[in-house]
Amino acid sequence: MIEVEDLTVRFSGVTPIDGMSVTFPGGTCGLIGPNGAGKTTFFNVLSGFVKPAAGSIRAFGEDLLRMADYKRARWGLRRTFQTEQAIEQLSVFDNVAMIYEHSGVKGRGKRAEVEAAIDFVGLETPSRARVGGLGARERRLVEVARAVVGRPRVVLLDEPAAGLPEEETEHLRRVIQAIPGQFGALVVLVDHDMSLVQACCETTAVLDFGKLIASGPTPEVLRDENVIRAYLGTEDVG
Amino acid sequence: MTRSARALDRATIIRIVVIAVFLAIALFVLPTIGADWTTTFTSVAIYSVITLGLGLLYGRVGLISLGQVALLVIGVWTATRLNFAVHLPFPVLLLVTGAITCVVGVLIGLPAIRLSGLYLALITLMAAGAVNVVLVAINFPNGGGGFTGRTDTPDLSGLQPVRRPAIAEGDTAYYRYVVVVAAVIFLVALLHVRGKPGRAWAAIRESEPAALAAGVNIVLYKMWAFALASFMAGVAGAMLAAQVGQPTAQSFQTQDSLTLLATTLIGGIYSLWGAVVAGCFSQLLPFLFQVQWGINPNFVLILFGAGLLQVLLTAPGGLAQQFPKDMANLARLIRRGLGKVVGRGAA
Repeated sequence: MIEVEDLTVRFSGVTPIDGMSVTFPGGTCGLIGPNGAGKTTFFNVLSGFVKPAAGSIRAFGEDLLRMADYKRARWGLRRTFQTEQAIEQLSVFDNVAMIYEHSGVKGRGKRAEVEAAIDFVGLETPSRARVGGLGARERRLVEVARAVVGRPRVVLLDEPAAGLPEEETEHLRRVIQAIPGQFGALVVLVDHDMSLVQACCETTAVLDFGKLIASGPTPEVLRDENVIRAYLGTEDVG
Repeated sequence: MTRSARALDRATIIRIVVIAVFLAIALFVLPTIGADWTTTFTSVAIYSVITLGLGLLYGRVGLISLGQVALLVIGVWTATRLNFAVHLPFPVLLLVTGAITCVVGVLIGLPAIRLSGLYLALITLMAAGAVNVVLVAINFPNGGGGFTGRTDTPDLSGLQPVRRPAIAEGDTAYYRYVVVVAAVIFLVALLHVRGKPGRAWAAIRESEPAALAAGVNIVLYKMWAFALASFMAGVAGAMLAAQVGQPTAQSFQTQDSLTLLATTLIGGIYSLWGAVVAGCFSQLLPFLFQVQWGINPNFVLILFGAGLLQVLLTAPGGLAQQFPKDMANLARLIRRGLGKVVGRGAA
């Protein structure tokens, strides 16, 4: 469970997150909103790249904001970025092993755990293949494998389906749906593909101009008038 | 799956065979060409160790250091000073010199590592300039006392050159010794690149924020690369000191760092073979021009410029990656040509 209270982020003159209070209870939680709503900024706060002006974030009872940024991966925080981060020069195995090696997991199970993560995302290419030679779909799956290896507690997925054709999103959807059950991690999914969010997330929170405008069970949230208005961009007429 | 595993095994076997053949040629064929060739090949082996460090820094971590020649100078100086101060077995001299150079490199690197790109290049170039100024002032030790180990009135009769290992006093034996040491250092580099540090370096090179989010200790791994490259330059310096015997300050220039970076890029920074190619370019080519063909060696610089331009525009992987591709293309062309001939013969 992640509890966010009164989170405010200010960059000189702009307030990308404005008094956000929300609870991500567990399983897979959606975080949606129009472009510039503050979704990625929220992820950057969780990663430690952005220091909030006010507010607190408790993740599984721990104060995340007091934890040094580089320690958060060890604690169990994983994320993907909007831009691709799989390393072209390295093999699939090395890409995933790199994350595992800094996850703080000790013991001899490296090869097995890395291969398990690669199997989990359903990559058919041999794990010794170089990532640079893979297609967009496979590279995306490598990124998801990087996000689930090394016993994660929180997995942040930033637009994992962006740019993928529908049938490939289908496979990705099944993978994302299986993460909480397989790894016991809480997944926060940011995406513009509403059918993906609907299919994966039991609960969803909606940001608009840095303010939380709705949160709760996904079907209810997507029917919410404020949400529809935010997405269609209409002014408050009534 | 099993088929691909077997195919990859074959690739590994081919790689090992290529390395073995290369080492055999280097150890047993090259020394038979001639005495001045052997000296040149010794320099090639020594400089390929330096370009290896430079290639690791730039190709693997994305750090441009123009201070490698300065570290080489520190290595040469340290080995020479140690040579006059204590009697160390040669392998120990190599290790101690490498360690001292490593410490100096880390001290320079600690503040510099927070910079990157052009700024790091500038800072390291300035550090190299500073080292050169000091070198011109104190010169290399010649058997005197004190810290600098230099005296204006050296006892020429008693002046000993930097000792070579007892088993490799002669030029050919020393050349073989250097090749073996270089091979060991290349192996160390390979183990780094294939292991945890190599993966962390690749992550840093790809994106520092993503590496940070993955929990990579960026400063530690950058320092590690810097320390390793400094160690390599130090060991190369010690080998160079024993090769020339009595090093002189005039033979090291700050701008050598620039030509060294150029040759490293031409050789290829993503492959360890690139360092060998770069060593050939920086040492063998000037020798060919000057001694063998009687051409002004300054033309080599023009060649480096043209080569660098060509590599940056058409083959960013350098010659080490381009050459096998060209050979494969050539083989395909020949095979197609033969196929046509055979086909015509059958018809």
